[in-house]
Amino acid sequence: MKPTPLTQKHIDLGAKMAEFAGYNMPISYSGIIEEHQGVRKRVGVFDVSHMGEFIVKGKQALDLVQAISSNDASKLNPGDAQYSCLPNDKGGIVDDMLVYRLFDDMCAEGEQAFMLVVNASNIEKDWNWISALNTFDTRLINISDETGLIAVQGPKAEAALQKLTDVDLSKIAYYHFAKGTIAGAENVILSATGYTGSGGFELYCRQDQTADLWDAVMRAGAEFDIIPAGLGARDTLRLEMGYCLYGNDIDDTTSPLEAGLGWITKLKKNANFPSKSIFEQQKKDGLMKQLVGFTMTERRVPRHGYQVCDADGLTIGEVTSGTQSPSLDQPIGMAYVSKGHTAIGSKIYIKVGSKQLEAEVTSLPFLTI
Amino acid sequence: MNIPDQLKYTKEHEWILVHDDGTATIGITDFAQGELGDIVYVEVDTVGETVEKDAVFGTVEAVKTTSDLFMPVTGEIVEFNKDLGSDGEDNPALINEDPYGKGWVVKIKVSDAAQLNDLLDAAAYGELVG
Repeated sequence: MKPTPLTQKHIDLGAKMAEFAGYNMPISYSGIIEEHQGVRKRVGVFDVSHMGEFIVKGKQALDLVQAISSNDASKLNPGDAQYSCLPNDKGGIVDDMLVYRLFDDMCAEGEQAFMLVVNASNIEKDWNWISALNTFDTRLINISDETGLIAVQGPKAEAALQKLTDVDLSKIAYYHFAKGTIAGAENVILSATGYTGSGGFELYCRQDQTADLWDAVMRAGAEFDIIPAGLGARDTLRLEMGYCLYGNDIDDTTSPLEAGLGWITKLKKNANFPSKSIFEQQKKDGLMKQLVGFTMTERRVPRHGYQVCDADGLTIGEVTSGTQSPSLDQPIGMAYVSKGHTAIGSKIYIKVGSKQLEAEVTSLPFLTI
Repeated sequence: MNIPDQLKYTKEHEWILVHDDGTATIGITDFAQGELGDIVYVEVDTVGETVEKDAVFGTVEAVKTTSDLFMPVTGEIVEFNKDLGSDGEDNPALINEDPYGKGWVVKIKVSDAAQLNDLLDAAAYGELVG
């Protein structure tokens, strides 16, 4: 099990630790609900240094990104970020990722550079997949081990971080980034992104800057009652927003169209990418199943793998994620459900043990912020 | 970690306190509530039933996971702690706050007191979770 640059800090803070994707990660500190509410109402800080980062750099960097990514990276200017996925060649998803178009100061004349941010559990798989498709005049560099990542999320995140940097954070729009000095750490990527829906920034730094930056953020946030938040709250926060989690809601067998990721699957972009023709066919034929959000009438909490039935008890799908929503104080979940049961308001039934409990298909996100 | 001496324990992290009148109170341990994290719902629909030792008598839902509740000994479930219950005024977090007190789960009528000898004492349970 690998440590992140912050693992010892989490242990010192008394966090409940567990292995996640090969890393020794904090699940919770003061409790998932308290951490969740702290992020929604004030500001929380997450160690997400386990995430993987690849640099794509060279004369044909854009060509490689376009050849692997479902979204259209040609639309990106330096300082832009974009959510996308890596389709495999069987109509499934190798991984989902963020694509950053880096500033040209990183590059020689005529080159471009991108950063791909991928799931920790998929770093090796993604590396092999992308490398195999790299027939371009472009280098792929894995900087995951040298890179720390701290997510500062919540309505007070910007105010807390602004105390630490001269970069005007209010000028960084959602899904944009700047590079600058923060709390004395140079060349940090200040990215207005996150996985919580409550706004804030993700700070990409060198591994050896991570611990000092964490301490500085905690001190700067003290006046806003900043709290450290773990992977447990990260999961409840993302699920309230209906964001997909790789391995739960999407995987090597799920289509991005079925997963509701049609908006990042640009079939008209000016480049081919794996499974493009499969997705075109799916779009033409209509989807056999779709990922939907649902709420439960009863109090039981849906979990990954629970069966979904219709009123007659016939299986029509499977739960991919579920939790008790701390904001709504109600069980929520996402499930793949077959055609005919996906309309908002449809009654579906979740198999919990021997019972079939009523649920209702609802629009995503569950929470409007 | 709090492991009171006067209780008996299961390997599944329930505690049982036997009273003089042959009834007993059952809950989950401090260790168990800590592992589960924030508890959001407790379901017990076996009140009035006799449930065998090691069989499931209820379920605890935490934010992150679901855990079944197992009978330490065979007995009739005579009462479910209404303060945890499902009448809208419930407070399942009592299990997190006070697992051996206000967070008790059920009261039972013990069928066979001899089964109590199979349970762990505080020292043995402490070793198990240590």
